[in-house]
Amino acid sequence: MIDTYFIPLVKILFVLNATLIAVTYMVLLERKVIAWVQVRLGPMRVGPYGILQPIADAVKLILKEDITPARADKWVFTAAPILVMVPALITFAVIPFGPSVHLFGRDIPLYITDVNVGLLYIVSVASIGVYGIILGGWASNSKFPLLASLRASAQLISYEVAVTMTLVSLIMTAGSLSMVKIVESQFNAGLWFIFVQPVAFVLFFIGGLAETNRAPFDMAEAEQELTGGFHTEYSGMRFALFFLAEYANMIVVSAVATTLFLGGWLAPFPNVAWLNVLELIPSWMWFLMKTFAFLYVFLWVRATLPRYRYDQLMRLGWKVLIPIAIANVVVTGIVKVLF
Amino acid sequence: MTEEPKEPTAAGDKPASEAAAPAAPAAPTPAAPAAATPAAPKAAAPAAAAKPPAAPHDNKPAPPSGPTDPPPPAGAQIPACITALQAAVPGAVEHVSFYIGDWTMIVPATKLLEAGRFLREAPAAAFDFCSDVTASDWPSRAQRFDVIYCLYSTRLRHRVRLKVRAAEAEPVPSVSGIWPAANWLEREVYDLFGVNITGHPNLTRILMPDDWQGHPQRKDYPLEGPGELLMENPLDWLKLKQAREEAEIE
Amino acid sequence: MATEARQMFDTEELVINMGPQHPSTHGVLRVVLRLDGEKVVSSDVIIGYLHRGIEKLSENRNWTQIILLTDRMDYVAAATNNVGYCQTVEKLMQIEVPRRARYVRTALCELQRIASHCLWLGTHAMDIGAMTVFLYAFRERELILDLFEEYCGARLTYNSMRIGGLPLDIPVGWDKKVLEFCSIMAEKVDEYEELLTHNRIWLERTKGIGVITAEQAIAIGLSGPPLRGSGVTKDARKDEPYAAYDEMKFDVPIGTAGDTYDRYLVRLEEFRQSIRIIRQAIEGLPEGPIVGKVPRLIKPPAGETYHAIESPKGEIGYFIVSDGKSTNPYRFRVRPPSFCNLQALPQLIKGHMLADVVALIGSLDVVLGEVDR
Repeated sequence: MIDTYFIPLVKILFVLNATLIAVTYMVLLERKVIAWVQVRLGPMRVGPYGILQPIADAVKLILKEDITPARADKWVFTAAPILVMVPALITFAVIPFGPSVHLFGRDIPLYITDVNVGLLYIVSVASIGVYGIILGGWASNSKFPLLASLRASAQLISYEVAVTMTLVSLIMTAGSLSMVKIVESQFNAGLWFIFVQPVAFVLFFIGGLAETNRAPFDMAEAEQELTGGFHTEYSGMRFALFFLAEYANMIVVSAVATTLFLGGWLAPFPNVAWLNVLELIPSWMWFLMKTFAFLYVFLWVRATLPRYRYDQLMRLGWKVLIPIAIANVVVTGIVKVLF
Repeated sequence: MTEEPKEPTAAGDKPASEAAAPAAPAAPTPAAPAAATPAAPKAAAPAAAAKPPAAPHDNKPAPPSGPTDPPPPAGAQIPACITALQAAVPGAVEHVSFYIGDWTMIVPATKLLEAGRFLREAPAAAFDFCSDVTASDWPSRAQRFDVIYCLYSTRLRHRVRLKVRAAEAEPVPSVSGIWPAANWLEREVYDLFGVNITGHPNLTRILMPDDWQGHPQRKDYPLEGPGELLMENPLDWLKLKQAREEAEIE
Repeated sequence: MATEARQMFDTEELVINMGPQHPSTHGVLRVVLRLDGEKVVSSDVIIGYLHRGIEKLSENRNWTQIILLTDRMDYVAAATNNVGYCQTVEKLMQIEVPRRARYVRTALCELQRIASHCLWLGTHAMDIGAMTVFLYAFRERELILDLFEEYCGARLTYNSMRIGGLPLDIPVGWDKKVLEFCSIMAEKVDEYEELLTHNRIWLERTKGIGVITAEQAIAIGLSGPPLRGSGVTKDARKDEPYAAYDEMKFDVPIGTAGDTYDRYLVRLEEFRQSIRIIRQAIEGLPEGPIVGKVPRLIKPPAGETYHAIESPKGEIGYFIVSDGKSTNPYRFRVRPPSFCNLQALPQLIKGHMLADVVALIGSLDVVLGEVDR
């Protein structure tokens, strides 16, 4: 009873809270990191070094006037941000933060659940997020958001193909769709998969940037073009949900990349005995550090690179990434058969 | 049209001495360029100082009746582009003027297009770059507007100015067919001066709002704007505008 | 509801209005675009939102007061506007400007050119998405504005020239600071190049965008870096030297392809050439008076003239008519480079995508204060 209901509930609450706090603090982290790259300081006023800025932002957004455009479709207008946020959050159900730990006389695995089609679950749930964007643009009942949402959804769908192809080659390498088993196979192989599948890693990273609408693929939300993209008409808490969903997606992509390519909760060189001193750092700490490294690279890329034009972005997805991904699958297959 | 060159001899001594006074402080300052040129403004200044008979209490000088267009000093060589134009298009050059290193030709409006085309195509001239098209308002003159075309040659690196005199509604052909750069410049001349430019592809107001009345850069247009013509209170103006629009709908 | 849905997906031309308030139109510029999908079919540029009547105001101000008005036209490059005006009046009055003043004027004009190009680079890069370059370019622009503040007390609208020379001699130690700045700037230009010039995304966004041939550019009246990017060697500093440019050694960068990338490269090289000119001007600064022999009351003799100099945006020309008697000019006309460059915009953006419109407005480097006066 406790095992089937109570412990998963505690884990869910814990992960959900941790994720939401992480997402709000991602906002601050982005502003700070980009500011430091740009020779500025970022938010400094609210709290020491601006630490309480996200709380100020949250309070502001909650207290804002709730404006719905006059001819907008009310139910869809409200549902759209939810449809973007929820898939990002429920992905965390299958992400493994660590192996089993021994607590209170029980073996508690550091993941909410281990579905044996975990990777497939993640990819499918992420696709539902696209609906939220399309509906958001549609429900606003205005020219610019509609155009922008169509562009954003086309971009997301195209890059999903590339990312999924990449994941196929990874599944072939790992031999399983379950997230926990992928990490364990990295342990068995003694190598993080980034060394085994470098091409897949690069493709996944670029695809991840495009999937989360981050620079250099953020044409859909670039202010200079269509004044705010698909969330032009949103304000207050609904806008906050869109905004936070983008960061939640970023964290999901980073977490998935960590699990698949950087060995999840494993320390570097997990099989080498004399480096076991690295095991002093708990496994979930390793996981968080690697995820954080990924997030930092996301922010770094945003501060540095110019933005792709929409047609160049689509061309990159279809004509460059997908062929390379397919080629990667073929090569992986050949290597697997021969060795 | 041909008044200016003849006036210095006909105006007499009085205007000359009056005009010489303001010119004197400027003349002694060291002048690097041609020594012949200081003579030219003094000789031509009387044209600007022509005074209509003034009432006894009115001691403000009369407004100038036109620009000085001093002829080139004796012995100065007229550049090849001007002589070529004079030869190729007869009647195009009414008057040649030279002032501090710049050559200006006064061209009648009827010959403007021919002259322009020649200047752009002739190898001696090759004026392919239209630097500026602007205008001056001399209200006391019959042909009140002076439309000025500043031309430059990117190949031969020389400049010349064309001047066309036009009365209030006299048509001036558009040179935007010859130099597309003149398109917006002529729109501005029309907008701010009201010169009647014909043959322009899109002669609409460019700097002032589309429904503005009047031409602000004219000398008889007040600096502060239309004043009482614009209501004291902006709300009244809006009401008037709405009433006008409703009347149009009906 | 169904008919509304069908209407929203109709494939006819979409009319989009950019501005006058828009994050990337560099001022109050309004562009009405007719789009077929994403491609621009035709466009209409509407200006006049910043028209302040400077030309008419000048007819009511005396010759020295107009220097203040000229600052406010191209407010990004105020010193060059001042120099152009003062030189036109000096031409009318036949005043000789002493050599020291000419050298300082050259140095100030070139500092102004660097400052204006810094602003251009920052905003152009930001429009294309590289936000960081904006902050870096403005960091350097701050250094220049500090130099100007030390010289004349103002950061943006300098009023730093007088007819016949300059109002003030340079402060003690200013020339050393300028030379230090030159060394700093030389490194920073390399930094900008590293960030952008060979960046694959930058190349894709700027190569082949907004191509204009040399003949088209000359015909439409482009001047300055847009004209030189198309391969035409026209630079008033070399063709009709003014101030101390005839004594300076420098090159004028000329592009070949006439696209946005070449205009970018031309301006980037102009940074380096300006640094070179400043070094020569400051190191070779002669002693002497800072202002020439100018009468107390400035009244040029009756006559008119046109004088053009090379501002960072292009050829800025002043056409001034003096009637010889009053203390105000009879007619004051500025030939604004941004106005004439902006004319080319409809031609440049035809056939390009919406995202390129913003890149092209940035590439032409327009300042609306100058366009509308």
